[in-house]
Amino acid sequence: MATQHSQKLARSMMAPSVIALLIWMAVPLAMTLYYSTLGYSLYNPISTPFVGIENYTYFLTDPTFIAALTNTMVLVVGVLVITIGGGILLALLLDQDIYGVNIVRLLVIAPFFVMPTVAALVWKNMMMNPVYGVIGQSMSAIGLAPIDWMTDVPLLSIILIVAWQWLPFATLILLTSLQSLSSDQKEAAEMDGAGALSIFWYITLPHMSRAITVVILIQTIFLLSIFAEILVTTNGGPGAQSTNITYLVYQQAISFGDIGAASAGGIVAVILANIVAIFLIKAIGKNLDA
Amino acid sequence: MGKIQLKSVTKAFGGVKVIPNLDLDIEDGEFVVFVGPSGCGKSTLLRLIAGLEDMTSGTILIDGKDATNLPPAQRRLAMVFQSYALYPHMSVRKNIAFPLMMAKMDKAEMNRRVENAAKILNLADYIDRRPGQLSGGQRQRVAIGRAIVREPAAFLFDEPLSNLDAALRVGMRLEISELHQRLKTTMIYVTHDQVEAMTMADKIVVLRAGNIEQVGSPLELYSRPRNTFVAGFIGSPKMNLMSGAHARQHDAATVGVRPEHMDLSTSDGLWRGEVKVAEHLGSDTFLHVDSKDHEEPLTVRANGEFQVKAGDVVYMTPQADKMHRFDDKGLAIG
Repeated sequence: MATQHSQKLARSMMAPSVIALLIWMAVPLAMTLYYSTLGYSLYNPISTPFVGIENYTYFLTDPTFIAALTNTMVLVVGVLVITIGGGILLALLLDQDIYGVNIVRLLVIAPFFVMPTVAALVWKNMMMNPVYGVIGQSMSAIGLAPIDWMTDVPLLSIILIVAWQWLPFATLILLTSLQSLSSDQKEAAEMDGAGALSIFWYITLPHMSRAITVVILIQTIFLLSIFAEILVTTNGGPGAQSTNITYLVYQQAISFGDIGAASAGGIVAVILANIVAIFLIKAIGKNLDA
Repeated sequence: MGKIQLKSVTKAFGGVKVIPNLDLDIEDGEFVVFVGPSGCGKSTLLRLIAGLEDMTSGTILIDGKDATNLPPAQRRLAMVFQSYALYPHMSVRKNIAFPLMMAKMDKAEMNRRVENAAKILNLADYIDRRPGQLSGGQRQRVAIGRAIVREPAAFLFDEPLSNLDAALRVGMRLEISELHQRLKTTMIYVTHDQVEAMTMADKIVVLRAGNIEQVGSPLELYSRPRNTFVAGFIGSPKMNLMSGAHARQHDAATVGVRPEHMDLSTSDGLWRGEVKVAEHLGSDTFLHVDSKDHEEPLTVRANGEFQVKAGDVVYMTPQADKMHRFDDKGLAIG
C-alpha cells in the first residue's frame, strides 16, 4: 500500500482522470470568464469587442436580478423546509412495523425516478390546472373557487413541484439514519421517564442531525440550479415572479441573445453558489464531524 | 423500598414460550442474580420486570402494588444496559441529569443529585465530556450514575460487565457490590457468568429455558444443588458427573464430585488416570485426567502447585462426604 513504488504507480494511474476532470472544469470556466468580458450578441456575432466589466454592471443592476436572487433563495429555503419537515414525518411513519411497509417504501421513493420535465408537466396540466386539474376540480366540488396556480402563485407552485420531487430523497436519507438509532437508547429514555415527544426531541432528532445536514447540503446544491421545472411551467413569469438566477441566465442567452451578459450571469451564479456553500459549511458543517 | 413479586408470569413470542410459568419473590434490599446459559430467558425476565416487554399473562407486584400494566417510567426502576445506552450527543452531566429533567425536578436539587452521583462514582474529572470520549469502564459508571440519581426502588442490570475486559470486570464487580452495601437498594442483576453470580449475589436464581431450576444463596447452590443442571452450572471448573457403575455403588443414577473435592496422589488412590492437560496457575493446579474407570475425562483441582505434566499417572480419591447423588430424573437425593 504505502511503498514509494505503489504511491508512484497510483499517482500515474490516477493522472489521466484527474487531468481530464481539470480540463472538463477549467476550460468551460475560462471560456465563460472570457465571454463575460465581450460585447457578444447573437444578433451580431461578427463583432465581439472587449467591454471590460460592462456585462457585470448590466447584469447586476438589472432590476430582474434582485427579483431572481430573492426567488432563488425563497425557492431553496421553501423546498428545504417542506422536504425536511415532511421527510422526518414520513421517515418516522415508514420506520414503524406496519403491514406492507416494503411496498409503501417503494411508492414513497417513486417520485425520485420521474424526470423533472415530466413531473412538472404532469403537475401543471393534471394537478394544478384550474379547470381540469385534480386540485381545481376537488375545490370546485366542495364549492370553493379554484386557484389558477401558475398565474396567481407561480413561485409557490414551483416550490410544491420541486418539493414533491425531492421529498423521497430526504425521506430515504432520514429513514436510514432513523434505522441506525439503537433501540437501547429509546428504551433507556423510556425508563428515564421520557414520553414519545421527549424521546423524539432529545434522542431521535439529535441522532438525525448529521443526516439532516447531509440533506440540506446536497439539496441546496441542486436547488440553486432548478431550471427544467420553471421552463416547462411558468417560463419564469408572470413577469419575473418565478424567475431564478439560472433561468435569468438562460433568458439572457436565448431570449435576448446576449452571450456576454449571460456569461457574466453565469459567473455571478458560481460566486453566489460558493458563498452559500461556505456559509452552509460554516453553519452546519460541524455536525459532520464525528 | 423495593420488594418485587412475580406471580405465574408467562411470556411467549409468537408461538414460542420463552417463560412457561414463573413465580419469584425478591425482598427489599436484596442483591438477586439471574444466571443461566444463553437463551434461558433471563434477559426477557428482566425486561418484563422493567416493563419494556408486555407479559403474556401473570402479575407483577412492586411494593405490594400491581404494576403489571404500568409503563416503565412509573415503575420506579432504573436499568443499566449491556450497551450502556448513553445518549451520545449529551455530556456526562446531561446524561445523568436526563431522568431528573424528565421528572421536571428543580435545578438546585438536580445539581445536588448529579454532583452526589458523580462523587460516588468518581465521575467528576470527565463530567463535561461526551460518552464517545470515555473508556468502557467510564461509560459503565455513567450508566450507573444515570440510574442512581433517580433513587429508584430497584436497580436492574442487564449483563453490564460483558463488554469490559477481564481486569476491568473484576474491578467493576467490586464497585457494584460496594454500591449495593452503600445504597442498600434492591438490585437485580442478569449475567451468564457464574463467577459474577457467586461473588455478588445474596440470592441466585438459576434459570433454564424460562424455568427456575433453583433459588438460593451462593453457598447453598454450591453445596446443595437441587439437580444435575445446577450442579454442573455452579462452580468452576465444572463438577464431574458420573453415571453407570460408580453411581450404582452409591444407589444413584448419577453422582457428582467437584474437582476441588478429590484427593490427588502420585502413588495410590481409588481411580488411576493419565494426565491429559495440566494447567498450573500457581495458586491452583487444574488437571484434566483420562481414566480407564470413566467414560468422560475428569477434572481435578489441587491447591497450590502440584508437580505433574501431561502423560504422568495420578491417583484420585473422591472425598466421600462431598459426593452429590442424583436420581434418574436428575434430582438430588437426600
